[in-house]
Amino acid sequence: MSPPPYLFIVIFLGVALVFPIFPLILAWMWRRFFQPPKPGAEKNATYECGVESLGEAQIQFRSQYYLYAIIFLIFDVEAVFLVPFAVAFTGLPIGAFVAILVFLLLLLEGLVWAWSKGCLDWAR
Amino acid sequence: MSDIDEELRSELQRQGIWVTSMQELYNWGRKNSIWPLQFGLACCAIEMIATAASRYDIARFGGEIFRPSPRQADLMIVAGTVTKKMAPQIVRLYNQMPDPKYVISMGACAISGGPFKQGYNVLKGIDRYIPVDVYIPGCPPRPEALLHAFMELQRKIDEQKLTGAGKAAHLDRTHPSEFPVPAFGAHDLEPAANADVFRPMKIERT
Repeated sequence: MSPPPYLFIVIFLGVALVFPIFPLILAWMWRRFFQPPKPGAEKNATYECGVESLGEAQIQFRSQYYLYAIIFLIFDVEAVFLVPFAVAFTGLPIGAFVAILVFLLLLLEGLVWAWSKGCLDWAR
Repeated sequence: MSDIDEELRSELQRQGIWVTSMQELYNWGRKNSIWPLQFGLACCAIEMIATAASRYDIARFGGEIFRPSPRQADLMIVAGTVTKKMAPQIVRLYNQMPDPKYVISMGACAISGGPFKQGYNVLKGIDRYIPVDVYIPGCPPRPEALLHAFMELQRKIDEQKLTGAGKAAHLDRTHPSEFPVPAFGAHDLEPAANADVFRPMKIERT
C-alpha cells in the first residue's frame, strides 16, 4: 500500500510554512513579553556609513558622461588589447592582423571624434 | 524562570538530564553569536583583523561574522583613534544598531585619546558619548587581548537578567537605545560629553 503521490508535496508545503512562520511568531512573542521595541529617528534613518543621508537615492546621471566611456575605451581597453597583439605579432595570420586593424581603426575614429569635440583640451 | 536547586541540577546532569532556564538558554545563544560591526579606525583595526583571521580565529567564540551594516551587528569594536571629525559618525552608527548592543573600547586611543590625547582633533575617549562595556588597554592591544575582552563580554552577557530590577538594558523600557549625536561647534564638539553616559573616574587623594 503506497501513500498517495501528492502527499509528499502536502508535507513539504506544511514544513515550508511552519519553518519560517514559527520563528516569526517566537520573535513576536519575545518582543511582546520581554524586549520592548525602541524605535527612534536615528535608528530608523537610512544607513549611509554613519553619515546623514542627503537627497533622494534615485537620481539621473547626465548623458554627457558617454565621452568618458569613449576615452576610457581608447586609452585603457585598447592598450590591454595592444600588448598581446604586439607580443604575438610575428606569429599572427593575416586574418587576425586585419581584425585587430579594424578594431584599432574604430577606436582611432573615436579618438579623432573626441579630439575634434575638444575633449582633450586641457582647459576644459 | 524559577530557580533550580543546584544540587538537584547536578544530580540530574549525572543521570543525563540537562535542566536549564529560559534566561540561561537565551544568554547562551546570544553570547555565542556576537556579530561585530565591521569598521576600523586606526592601527588597532589591524590587530582586530588579525584576531578575525586564521591564527587567532575569533570564530572559536562565535564572533567571526563581521557585519558591514549596523542593522545586523551586536557589537561595536571601537578600534583606534577617534577623531572629532569621526565621533558623530560613530555615535550615529551606534544608534543605528538594534538592541541588544555592546561596545568594546579597544586600545589607549579609544579609551582616552592615548598618545594623541593632546591633539586638537582627538576625542578623549569614546565613552564620552556611548556606553562602553569592555575596555582593553594597550597600544595596540594584541589579538589575545581582544579575545580576552571578547570573553569578558561573553561573561557579562551570561550574567544579564531577563526580569527583575537589575535586568539587561535592552529589556528595560526606560533605558535609551539612542544617544545624542554631537555636532561640530565653533571650537569643539558640542556637547563635549554626554553627561548621562560619561562617568569620569574620580581620583581620591588622602
